[in-house]
Amino acid sequence: MRIVLEKRQTPSRSLQYLSPVVAILLSLVTFFVIFLLAGIDPVRALYIYFVEPLTALWSIEDLLVKAVPIILIAIGLSFCYQSAVWNIGAEGQLAAGALAGAAIPILFPTLQGPAVITAMILMGIAGGMAYAAIPAILKIRFNANETLTTLMLVYVANLFLDYMARGPWRDPAGFNFPNSRPFDEGQMLPVIAGESIRLSIVFVLVAVVVAWFMTAKTMTGFKIRVLGQSPRAGSFGGFSRNKMVMLTFLISGGLAGLAGICEVMGPIGLLRTSVSPGYGFTAIIVAFLGRLHPFGILVAGLLLALSYMGGEGAQVAIGLSDQTTQVFQGMLLFYVLACDSFIYYRLRIVRQPALDAATVR
Amino acid sequence: MEPAIAARRTRPQSGALVEAIGITKLFGSFKANDAIDLTIRPGEIHALLGENGAGKSTLVKILYGSLQPTEGEIRWKGQPVRIPSPSAARKLGIGMVFQHFSLFDALTVTENIALALADRTNLAALAREIEEVSREFGLPLNPASRIVDLSVGERQRVEIVRCLLQDPELLIMDEPTSVLTPQEADDLFVTLDRLTARGCAVLYISHRLEEVKQICHHATILRLGKVVAECDPQQETAAQLASLMVGADVHVLSADTPPPSTMRTRLKVQGLSMPEPHPFAVALKDISLDVRAGEIVGIAGIAGNGQGELFDALSGERLAAREDVVTIDGKPAGRFGVTRRRRMGAAFVPEERNGHGAVPRLRLSDNVLLTRHATGDQLIRIGVIDFSGMRTLAERIGRSFDVRKSAVDPEAGSLSGGNLQKFIVGREIDRQPSVLVVSQPTWGVDAGAAAVIRQSLIDLARSGSAVLVISQDLDEIFEIADRVAVISRGHLTEPVPTRSLTREEIGLMMAGLGEGKKKGRAAMGQGEAAHAHRP
Repeated sequence: MRIVLEKRQTPSRSLQYLSPVVAILLSLVTFFVIFLLAGIDPVRALYIYFVEPLTALWSIEDLLVKAVPIILIAIGLSFCYQSAVWNIGAEGQLAAGALAGAAIPILFPTLQGPAVITAMILMGIAGGMAYAAIPAILKIRFNANETLTTLMLVYVANLFLDYMARGPWRDPAGFNFPNSRPFDEGQMLPVIAGESIRLSIVFVLVAVVVAWFMTAKTMTGFKIRVLGQSPRAGSFGGFSRNKMVMLTFLISGGLAGLAGICEVMGPIGLLRTSVSPGYGFTAIIVAFLGRLHPFGILVAGLLLALSYMGGEGAQVAIGLSDQTTQVFQGMLLFYVLACDSFIYYRLRIVRQPALDAATVR
Repeated sequence: MEPAIAARRTRPQSGALVEAIGITKLFGSFKANDAIDLTIRPGEIHALLGENGAGKSTLVKILYGSLQPTEGEIRWKGQPVRIPSPSAARKLGIGMVFQHFSLFDALTVTENIALALADRTNLAALAREIEEVSREFGLPLNPASRIVDLSVGERQRVEIVRCLLQDPELLIMDEPTSVLTPQEADDLFVTLDRLTARGCAVLYISHRLEEVKQICHHATILRLGKVVAECDPQQETAAQLASLMVGADVHVLSADTPPPSTMRTRLKVQGLSMPEPHPFAVALKDISLDVRAGEIVGIAGIAGNGQGELFDALSGERLAAREDVVTIDGKPAGRFGVTRRRRMGAAFVPEERNGHGAVPRLRLSDNVLLTRHATGDQLIRIGVIDFSGMRTLAERIGRSFDVRKSAVDPEAGSLSGGNLQKFIVGREIDRQPSVLVVSQPTWGVDAGAAAVIRQSLIDLARSGSAVLVISQDLDEIFEIADRVAVISRGHLTEPVPTRSLTREEIGLMMAGLGEGKKKGRAAMGQGEAAHAHRP
């Protein structure tokens, strides 16, 4: 008897949607086992991780705040991944956006008001776009593999951010902390609901709707799909692969930059040596978990934000390392990709055929 | 022609070498083989005929051990056997020559053969053995040549010699002549005769009914997974065999009216030269050609002689150096991309269906948009797609070209090869283009669909369009082309009226006017790559 992976004649539609659900369940089961083996009460740990953050209003608010950058970035990445451009450097594009946008209040501390806020947002988007244009040009001009270039550029951006926050842009009145000067209210996004929910949540909703319209209804979305699935057919259709590489990089870089500046203009309120706990990488998981579909990404983004919240809670309540969150996220991506292969393949157990008897006879 | 071939063939009266009894193979709920009985006698060439999807490949894979039957049994010399793998099949004495060769270009003939035969470690001895076998069976081959320098015919000989070195009693050949010139095919038939004279049986899969009539002793015809007839192919006409295969009389093409000779030129190519885009491609050398309104010009040639490169240059997927190199309806188009050329009235059907002419994972309606987004169909308004317009178009194409599909608007990849091809050809003809360039219009397409496609090409031309057909299938060219040119190693001959040529003359031109060797990647050309993994 042997087990074979057999290609399906047509990809399974139901598994397309079931796969993320199964992946989440498998991750939870694995987590359960890990907690059990580590001698931690698994029921309590899972409760702290995934339920407790939803039991108080303040933590739900916090959840939304964390989901904002993740969803923004993941929406951008979904454009890249649909066109088979493997941008995994959103973390760096986020830092570039934060730096570019923060330049205004740091260099001109007295400027304030809606015009400044708008300018900061635009600078943030432009910074992310410009930084994403580097791997795009390298890919178009030299055919450089973007998975390598984007990942390497993450470290460049993060180190540059670190340098700026410690060096030229450090607050002289900041007791030598490696931070910029704290921004004034007139240099930050206005709070529009509750204690901490800022205007950026509107950007998320707009991004989701616009992304959905673009991919589902417009020629641009069609070109992205065609070029992503078969570049040869795309060129036969008269679509330029290079233009699309540039476009998807600019979209994802712009949205990552927007996420970066929104973090700086919101929850953080100044420029630090690090402005993201890995949202740019988490967004990769969110994009795939959400099936590269804007609405799916919205849901998946909330789930992954929950894992950040739960991680913090578990650290406080049962002394778990914050690395646990990364383990969960990594496991989730692993299971999603594994489950996704069953959209195109099925497992079959092959028993020895009945003809065996004939050989004996 | 060899006298041996012309001689009357009678089926040997010996006992069975292989018997397949009641072979049934299920894929899910689909019956690829349905209670098939097949008996092959030693020393006979046994033809296995059938349309695409009739179950030939499945049956052969079962015999060669790469698939297991759901029901039924195989007997080898009267003994029931189980063939769990191709290596078991080879041990039993079954060899197979595939349509798509598996040879390493950079290695020599001897090295390639040594790789397949684990027990031959002495290369010098093996080279002598190869020479001996190739002499004995009329397969001239230099063991020291590198594969990359060999013609397709020679590469096929390597595959055959590789099988023969294992002393097979049954040799399975899958469409062996589809890549050969008529002369190379004749050489192959001599070899097959020598093999059968020694008692080896050959199971011969082919679409070419004429050659089946010429060389086979017996034929088994499959349709929809069942054996529909067994016959002596020499007693039947090609038309009778074809109608057994498709289950109805094949539609006879009508092209009674010859094209008016005074019509204007609609597609003109002048001095088209292009370097090879990558090391394994073919450079185009000073190609000139004109296609007039109302006529079909055929470009014959063996796979990998520049057909793909020529198609790309005509479609605008690769741009020419100067704009006057390609002229569409009198207007220079050499520097225009594919969309601009479509707007000028040209339409294109590439050889490869999945992934070039269509995106397999997109619906048919989406695939309509692929080439019709800028051709005056109003499918796009300010960047927004008109989905219902696309569906209407897809429906219309489906109806007028008899595209059989499982759902209203299925994914392109779920259609059978013939139906997808009808759809792709239909998508372009539905536009009534003034110029149509189509590559391998009926490659791997069943006879019914091929007739529909060829008739639609004739009708389009007779309605005043210029049609250029690039095809490896000489029968097709003779059937539909008014004039024919031959492409060989990037050179194109002057087109001449098809009726003025014999198959032998074209064959010689295809072989580079008698030059034995064809450089380049003839065997692994784009022609085959497109069809390499179809189940």
